[in-house]
Amino acid sequence: MNMKKTLLFILIIAIVGLASYTALYGIEMGKVKITKVRDSIDLGLDLAGGVYVILEAETDLQGAELQRAMDQTIMVINKRVDGLGVAEPSIVKESSKRIRVELAGIGNPQEAIDIIGKTAQLQFIDPKGNEVLSGKNVKNSEARFQQTEFGDKPVVALEFDKEGSKKFADATTELAGKENVGERIIYIMLDGDIISSPIVEEPIKDGKGVISGEFTVEEANNLANLIRAGALPVEMKALQSRVIGPTLGLKAFEKSIKAGGIAILFIFLFMLIFYRVPGLTANIGLTIYVLIVVYSMKYLGVKLTLPGIAGLILSIGMAVDANVLIFERIKEEIRNGKSIRASIDHGFKRALTSVLDSNITTLIAGFVLYYFGIGPIKGFGVTLILGIIASMITSVFITKYLLKLTVEISNTKNTKLYGV
Amino acid sequence: MNIIKNRKIFYSISLAIIIVGLIMMVAKGLNYGIDFTGGTSIQIKIGKMVTVEEIREIIDEYDNSASVVHVGNNKDEIIIKSSKDFDNEEINGIVDKFVEKYDIETKEFQSEKFVATMGDEIKKKALLSSFIAAVGMLVYITWRFEFKFAIAAIIALIHDVLITLSIYAIFGIPANNSFIAAILTILGYSINDTIVIFDRIREETRLNPRHSLEKLINDSVKKSLTRTINTSITTLAAVVILYIVGVEDVKVLALPLIFGIISGTYSSLFIASPIWYALKNREGFKTKKA
Repeated sequence: MNMKKTLLFILIIAIVGLASYTALYGIEMGKVKITKVRDSIDLGLDLAGGVYVILEAETDLQGAELQRAMDQTIMVINKRVDGLGVAEPSIVKESSKRIRVELAGIGNPQEAIDIIGKTAQLQFIDPKGNEVLSGKNVKNSEARFQQTEFGDKPVVALEFDKEGSKKFADATTELAGKENVGERIIYIMLDGDIISSPIVEEPIKDGKGVISGEFTVEEANNLANLIRAGALPVEMKALQSRVIGPTLGLKAFEKSIKAGGIAILFIFLFMLIFYRVPGLTANIGLTIYVLIVVYSMKYLGVKLTLPGIAGLILSIGMAVDANVLIFERIKEEIRNGKSIRASIDHGFKRALTSVLDSNITTLIAGFVLYYFGIGPIKGFGVTLILGIIASMITSVFITKYLLKLTVEISNTKNTKLYGV
Repeated sequence: MNIIKNRKIFYSISLAIIIVGLIMMVAKGLNYGIDFTGGTSIQIKIGKMVTVEEIREIIDEYDNSASVVHVGNNKDEIIIKSSKDFDNEEINGIVDKFVEKYDIETKEFQSEKFVATMGDEIKKKALLSSFIAAVGMLVYITWRFEFKFAIAAIIALIHDVLITLSIYAIFGIPANNSFIAAILTILGYSINDTIVIFDRIREETRLNPRHSLEKLINDSVKKSLTRTINTSITTLAAVVILYIVGVEDVKVLALPLIFGIISGTYSSLFIASPIWYALKNREGFKTKKA
């Protein structure tokens, strides 16, 4: 027995054990607090519950005009989503005409989809509650400076389309004639909230109105943006939508974690029974492998999805492969009459090319999945790639180191311990 | 074990499965999921087993050709699939009616909908990504081994895809989004297996340049056998456990993987090498000096 090496081996097991414990249950010592991984890793919406919609603009617009319309649409959706109180909404343009909205961990996903999907939300209402015109009639709205007797003041300039100009002219002509100030107001409402209530001073017949008031430049800008943004420039159609109730996602998560646990346990036992001492080192390597994958997902900000977990569990099964390849080679070398120590060296060396070649070809599939995959499939690709890289690292470096350590500790000639 | 001598038997087994699969595919087509065909799927946990007739009372109002399937351990969950592309209001309406009728407290539900045109896009993407993956592998194997190994490996992969498709057709497994992930994973797994054996053949050829091609292949497969079986066992175990424990969405991903891994292992052992042998024999085998 080599005391120093034995201690080192035990120390490694202790560190790996502690790290796994921390990952599983979290740890709290004085001021240091590490939360368990399952609470700190980002969950995709199939696990956290939530909404996923792909919207496509129904329009013939092209080029710069289309781009402007889409940017505006994203702005409106962003604003609407803000009101829902989602922690990390993701609203991205998927292609020139498509927007993908993902809201994870939302309590009432169905309501959310309703709110996102609504189109024309901006209304101009007269004091009697009649709609004068709607957001689609607003051609432009921008902040401007207007000369007054008190100097240049920021105002919001509105411009309506042909239909809007006519309607606005009719309404302002009627309202301007009223005696009472309260009867001359036009309420501008966005999603049911009044965002501005200008008073009509005179009939506006050219389709170009100005809202003046005690605005700061910023306020004028905001109002102009709101009015412009409220006018969803294009109709959006939901091409694809997915709603996952919060409890269902949680159940899927629990069950997948359970599946992963059972799978790991089975693989541990299998390796231990079949390969004995090398099996033990492989199991330590495998534990490190799982830690590497899970923590790199956490730090790369990869969201854990259902197919992602499936990919992870599958990769654990496959991660054993490199070890199995190497151990079979070692056994072969031992059977050929080499010493255990020499067999380990030769086994690793001879298995290396097949480990590399076989994993790199699989990596090619992983990258293709990642680049061309859609939605959750991408998540599957990421875990596959991470899994393959981590498994090569652990089996080629860590398991090898541990295995050599065991030989130095016991210096045994008992090849049975090595599964022969 | 003589792989090369018995190769016709191995080819026949695969061919038989593929032919049955192709017949099924022509006869009743693949059971495409709604992401390919367009439509709506709603899954609700009711909390007790409810007869299809009762469910129909609610659903027929929206679509009387919608299908209803019971899932979950106690059959207390239902999945409603309609080829119609319901809008959000309709989906909400259906869910609310169930919640009301059966006093469902925890709203365990999910819904999914796709318009029909998405299906063609996904199909195109799937084909394109498989093709790109295949080309990538072809280039890599040609560089590391030789072109004939690459061709044999790709043929083995096509074999696996055909077998998996046949399994989908024979068992009527819904082919949806995860179908593409399943196929690509099987490709990745199978190529991994095949390369390990090819690597062994490459090595044996170098060590024993005088041996016949047939002996080289048989020896290589024999020497890789324990590894191939053990890796298949651990990987299969992981996937089978996923299938048993996992939720419905995971099951549809795990099931084809189970068959795919078996097919991948089979093709690596019994299809890839014999095909390489056949390719090699056409040029007349010349042993290479190490």
